[in-house]
Amino acid sequence: MAEQDWKANRRAFAAVSLPTLFWIVLFFLVPMAIVWLYSFGENRGLTEIEISGTLSNYKRATEWLYLTIFGKSFAVAALVTLICLILGFPVAMAITFASEKWRPWLLLGIMLPFWTNLLIRTYALMMLLGTQGFANKGLGALWEGTSWIKTLVGLQPLPTWEPVQLLFNNFAVVFGLVYVHLPFMVLPLYAALDRLDRSLIEASLDLGAGHFRTIMRIVIPLAAPGIIAGVMITLIPALGAYLTPDLMGGTDSQMIANVIERQFKKANDWPFGAALSFLLIYAMFALIAIQSMRRKVPEAH
Amino acid sequence: MDFNELIKQTRGRRSLLQALGVAAVGISFGGLAACSKQGGKTLANGEEAKLNFYNWDTYIGENTLDNFKEATGVDVTMDLFDSNDVLFAKFKAGNPGYDVIVPSNDFVERMSKAGMLLPLDHSLIPNKRNIDPAYINVEYDLQRKFSMPYTWLALGIGYRKSKVSATPDSWKVLFDSPEYAGRIAWLSEAGDMFRLFGKYLGKSVNALTPADIATIEKMMIKQKPNVKKFHEDDGQDLLLKGDCDVVLEYNGDIAQAMVEDKDIDFVIPKEGSQLNSDNLCIPKGAPHPKNAHAFINYILDANVDKHITETILYPTPNTAARKLMPDSYQNNPVIFPPAEALAKCEYARFNPELQPLYEEAFTRVRAA
Repeated sequence: MAEQDWKANRRAFAAVSLPTLFWIVLFFLVPMAIVWLYSFGENRGLTEIEISGTLSNYKRATEWLYLTIFGKSFAVAALVTLICLILGFPVAMAITFASEKWRPWLLLGIMLPFWTNLLIRTYALMMLLGTQGFANKGLGALWEGTSWIKTLVGLQPLPTWEPVQLLFNNFAVVFGLVYVHLPFMVLPLYAALDRLDRSLIEASLDLGAGHFRTIMRIVIPLAAPGIIAGVMITLIPALGAYLTPDLMGGTDSQMIANVIERQFKKANDWPFGAALSFLLIYAMFALIAIQSMRRKVPEAH
Repeated sequence: MDFNELIKQTRGRRSLLQALGVAAVGISFGGLAACSKQGGKTLANGEEAKLNFYNWDTYIGENTLDNFKEATGVDVTMDLFDSNDVLFAKFKAGNPGYDVIVPSNDFVERMSKAGMLLPLDHSLIPNKRNIDPAYINVEYDLQRKFSMPYTWLALGIGYRKSKVSATPDSWKVLFDSPEYAGRIAWLSEAGDMFRLFGKYLGKSVNALTPADIATIEKMMIKQKPNVKKFHEDDGQDLLLKGDCDVVLEYNGDIAQAMVEDKDIDFVIPKEGSQLNSDNLCIPKGAPHPKNAHAFINYILDANVDKHITETILYPTPNTAARKLMPDSYQNNPVIFPPAEALAKCEYARFNPELQPLYEEAFTRVRAA
């Protein structure tokens, strides 16, 4: 291979990576370290936080109440990731096998929503799903139409249309999160599928495997790194989602990020908020660690 | 100018920016960086001709800042915040360079107790005489040592007239009855919710105990299935869009919605309610305290406040300005509720012991 080992050229490597490294340390690691220290602190008066090394914030954060909220957030994020995977895989396949002419346009279509602010997109969804929203109006029109046709053929008309409850519940939260996170799933899947050696698929089909079997036995295993990357890239931001549950959720749709936000703002309890944040970060570290361990196993052979 | 047209241009100060929290931080960083660099001319009072104003969104007259510059030569840089919590969090580590801020009543108390506010020099604010005396000696800031009232608000029930069986003039409708199941919206602010439940139970908003909080928590969990949404102070939008028919909201916000939709009305429940007031204050460490006093005095001027009120349409404590407003504002029973209803309303005092209890109890209610 023509790739150069970075060890052969340490100085050039250092020169190139120093600005980025500096940036990460100054604007990511240092602030994170401060928040981490806060998680071992206590409020003193209205504005002071004393880093006393107490573990009481973590003790409170692992109370049953907060564990159930963590659990629920994780379940919601996992469901969102699963739906994104099921929806995103065929889309990524379609883009991969689309003609050269169409592919850039399809990719553009996937990325198009990123051109608009998340908040604007969420408000647009709310207008779509509301009681008087377009989705309900469309369903209502269909209902009226069916009712009219029934009276035409001499049957009893349908009862009056009652709008469906599409907004301000957990369904709306999952719907909104899937909508927001789908591109995060499709893009890594596409990257993995695009690199796939097509001759393997042809061989599988030639040797008598059906399309479904080829996908299950050839395409999915070969695309596994892309699937894992897509799952991580979807799951982690979905776990920290707070705008969508806030705006589209109902009375029982709070996720852990909403609780954390309230600690920093309304409750003015930064140490506790920091402890909750870091529990979430520890959980994500664990996820990434598990993933990288899984990846190491086949390489050993 | 027509009252209706005025209102249509107005949006609630707490709605959109609230959700854009991150962007708001960005706005203010940019604003300050831009204003702190230039030197500029010096005024007769020895200060440079600048003022940094930290205000709510859509909460100042259309031309007020330009007019102030014309009158005094002082260039005002306005940054926006979306909640008292953001304001407090920002000042927690010291004044980032603001001269005038607009905290609500309980945060005036909180910030003055934390030593974050500069005592006002009343001799520099002669327009104080325009203010209704009822708003001068208030519990949260006795004799207005640290603050001047800018607007005030009362919480109550906004409702769609065609969808209710009778005027919902009791908190029972929102808090303790399945009659409007699935059409109710509460505020997402834990402290306000617990205090108003206290009102429903016949207690003062400032006399709740941890035992009361436990009782109220049970009541909330019981009523929760009937509630559709804990809203972020956008109850008027839920009413307008038809998502909810009875919402807990501020009178000023409902007054705006009523102009767009005649089917909406507002009532302060008979058990009484909670008052809020936003106040002009000078934070400690303000770089231009003299300009800040001049600015506060300017805002309290009758004509200036009339112009502000025309834009933001909130109830004003400024009697002189109110008298200049059209009759549709002056005698609007929603913007200025009847005295007997207001007599049962109270300001919430700042209570550092109870606030975390409210928050945790409300988190339990949401999780239940």
